[in-house]
Amino acid sequence: MSPILQVDNLVKHFGSVEAVNGVSFSIRRGTCFGLLGPNGAGKTTTVEIMEGITPPTAGGILYREQPIGQAFREQAGIMFQETSLQEYIRVGETLKLFQRFYDHTRPLDELIERCALGEFLDRDVRRLSGGQRQRLLLAIALINDPEIVFLDEPTTGLDPQARRNFWQLVNDIKQEQKTLVLTTHYMEEAYELCDEIAIMDHGRIIAQGTPQALLKQHFDTSVISLPRADLPPDLEQVTGLQLHPHNDQVEIFSHDLNRTIRILIERHVPLTHLQVRSRTLEDLFLELTGRDLRS
Amino acid sequence: MSLQRLLAILTARNLEFWRDRSALSWNIAFPVLIVFGFAFAFSTGGPDLFKVGVLEHSPATPAMARFTALEHIQFIPVEQVETAVTKVERHQLDMLVDGASGRYWINDRSANGYVLEKLLRGAAVEGGLSKQTVTGEALRYVDWLIPGVLGMNVMFSSLFGVGYTIVRYRKNGVLKRLKATPLTALEFLSAQVASRLWLIVSVTSLVYAGTNLLVNFRMYGSYLTLFLVLLVGTFSLICLSLIIAARLASEETANGLLNMISWPMMMLSGVWFSLEGSPQIIQQAALLFPLTHMINAARAVMIDGAGLLDITPELLIMLVMSALFMTIGARCFRWE
Repeated sequence: MSPILQVDNLVKHFGSVEAVNGVSFSIRRGTCFGLLGPNGAGKTTTVEIMEGITPPTAGGILYREQPIGQAFREQAGIMFQETSLQEYIRVGETLKLFQRFYDHTRPLDELIERCALGEFLDRDVRRLSGGQRQRLLLAIALINDPEIVFLDEPTTGLDPQARRNFWQLVNDIKQEQKTLVLTTHYMEEAYELCDEIAIMDHGRIIAQGTPQALLKQHFDTSVISLPRADLPPDLEQVTGLQLHPHNDQVEIFSHDLNRTIRILIERHVPLTHLQVRSRTLEDLFLELTGRDLRS
Repeated sequence: MSLQRLLAILTARNLEFWRDRSALSWNIAFPVLIVFGFAFAFSTGGPDLFKVGVLEHSPATPAMARFTALEHIQFIPVEQVETAVTKVERHQLDMLVDGASGRYWINDRSANGYVLEKLLRGAAVEGGLSKQTVTGEALRYVDWLIPGVLGMNVMFSSLFGVGYTIVRYRKNGVLKRLKATPLTALEFLSAQVASRLWLIVSVTSLVYAGTNLLVNFRMYGSYLTLFLVLLVGTFSLICLSLIIAARLASEETANGLLNMISWPMMMLSGVWFSLEGSPQIIQQAALLFPLTHMINAARAVMIDGAGLLDITPELLIMLVMSALFMTIGARCFRWE
């Protein structure tokens, strides 16, 4: 199947700053593609070039094998990271306004129900909470029943529950076989929603693949976490285990969980507070760049 | 161009303006206040042209008596010669006369003093001239001023109402969101122009009608022609604001630029005083402003009773300016 969107050697310079430096990838129809990276990695610039909002310095974008044009505007839904709506306009009026921009649209009632906007249709858009506002912006992005939906850090600033609710909405969109392009610096979000991810740093893609494949490719260990106070000081010397202190916890990267736990029991380490977890995309980013994702 | 998209953004802009109570009140209250204020200030006739101090203590000679009987000169009784002479020196008085002795004082550098001296000497000599009289209503300063004041208000409302709003939209990201839709720049700009045009034309018409009830302006021409002048003039001024709004994203810069355009226009377009007699270069520079043509055409209709044909050149100039401004504004326009 041909990709719905193809990004070819994209370059964007702002003066002497190289925001995007030779990025290429393609996105398959009906998948959720995640662009991950810390603040300043170049992911918003990349996605805004893909949306046709920012012109590239070099390189190109093809949508359905054609350069971006009016057809793309009609068929793309966009939710910006930072955007404003016209002031003094109510939620319902805002939806109707954007509906009239497009030739082909979804029924408003369905959108209102899906994005749970019914309770505040008559509310001025300036008086919405963060979660309500994001749901409205998502509804606007979906109003033209788009083939491809861009979501640029859609859950930044939301509380955990609002974030989880938003994920559910995005999963519903995925069920309709829409193509999604998501940028985020929440690794959990990317893992939950994305079929394929590209990790960006300093304007370049440093890793790309499915989340599972990337983790499998880079890690073959699990992480055992224990309170530092519960471990004997000579544990590392005596057992040869690799310890990684992290605040008041110590993490042990283990290739064989059974063997590691047996060693701990033999050394009389209390296991009451023991936690075991798999390696995450957060660990992957740290591994690839030596830096924390949200630094 | 899609009419549906144009109407959608036009409706939203009108709603936004209508619900922004402070902007709405200001846009209606300001022209009302300014026009009412000037109308009342100048509706009772202009001030006397000349001020003459008259020493109080003595009976006047026949020539002085004829001079002090002249109208449209303000005669101010004074007691002390020294104090009054100082006022003549400082141009606070145009002339000082002593009725009993026939002496008078003028300042050699005072144009008013020169004219008064001729009047005084003329009053001293009688006969030889034949008087012809005509009748007619006096043109008050307020009748001349009103087209200028209304035009000035149209200018401020056009420049700041559209230019400033678009810059604010760009700054806070509204334009960026609209750019991501099929809405074109031409549709967006046309909606902004249309929204402001009907607002200004409505408010100005209401203010004109309301003020006219109280002050009763002179209006010798056709109201329809005057309305056409208002429509075309407002359109040209709004189009001018599109150039300012084309790229700026800073409200402070926009404010500075708008002031830089509006103040010279206000001073040189004949809002407060006629440019007749001013240097030729000033008069020609004033013709570059659409406001000059709007005010000239409005005055011609109101005061001289000019018809549509008489003001066609002014209308055509404003339309050409509008097309030019709109083309530059639309070509330079950036969503971000």
